[in-house]
Amino acid sequence: MYTCSNALLMAKEPDFMIKGIFSYELFGHKVWITNTHVSILIVMLLILVFSIVVHGKIKKMDPYKAPPMLVNIAEFIMDFISNMTVGVMGSKAGKFVNYIGTIAIFILISNVSGLLGLRPPTADYGVTFPLGVLTFCLILFNKFKYQKPIGVLKGLCEPWPFWLPINLIGDVAVPISLSLRLFANILSGTVMMALYYALLPFFVKIGIPSVLHVYFDLFSGAIQTYVFCMLTMTYISDAIGEG
Amino acid sequence: MNISGIEFIKGCSAIGAGLAVIAGIGPGVGQGIAAGHAASAVGRNPGAKSDITSTMLLGQAVAETTGLYGLLVAMILIFVQPLAK
Repeated sequence: MYTCSNALLMAKEPDFMIKGIFSYELFGHKVWITNTHVSILIVMLLILVFSIVVHGKIKKMDPYKAPPMLVNIAEFIMDFISNMTVGVMGSKAGKFVNYIGTIAIFILISNVSGLLGLRPPTADYGVTFPLGVLTFCLILFNKFKYQKPIGVLKGLCEPWPFWLPINLIGDVAVPISLSLRLFANILSGTVMMALYYALLPFFVKIGIPSVLHVYFDLFSGAIQTYVFCMLTMTYISDAIGEG
Repeated sequence: MNISGIEFIKGCSAIGAGLAVIAGIGPGVGQGIAAGHAASAVGRNPGAKSDITSTMLLGQAVAETTGLYGLLVAMILIFVQPLAK
């Protein structure tokens, strides 16, 4: 009796962990290819195919006619990203539009890829931490480039010199909090959807999950993309300073 | 009823996970305050709506971080079970 009702209520065990697909030896270490790699490859393929198709369309485009739909979409994305960057960083935007655009498109497609039935690649700390470290390197580089080492040292000793360790910890916390924020938000959405699909009886799985997908995948994913790019831009323009 | 040591630790981990997500109260209050002030700011100056919205989202995302740390601790306690090994 118990097993019967249990089988009706619980379809299967919740399943959202990172799973290894196959392993190989590299320099004496066992290295796994996981489903994160697979979904990251699919995301990359999607972006690559879109870019190649749009490139071909733009090459063949007649400037005196209305542009085709795909070119319109690409122009909209480009406009949005460059407006956002210029709006936050002002005259310093320049070449950072490329970096912000790359990161925004990658994170957005990764976050939304839960809709395709993939495990979102950003729900793996091994993906978000490099993104945070990349931003951190950019911040450090621009700090040393625009403020010069003397200015960086002066900034570290801000109100008084004995605040140096606290300022150092605050600097090191930037990539960790950036990457943990993205990771935890997307992971919580993934876990919530997995629990919903696994633990509830079948009749609530008709129709209702679409609303949850809109919130957890589309809304939360877009907001987190926006926040990551926004914080990256704010940190970088802080690092550049007035110069 | 006999409870082995490892089962006791697992049960306590579950209670600890429940206690850890109490951290969600703080961000909830903070985000609510931010949204309320943003709403009154839009009421006072409807022209600056997009600026206010983006500032509010940024502040809320930063305020959310502490709650997410609690969530991460809860998840690690339940699914990784570092204490029961």
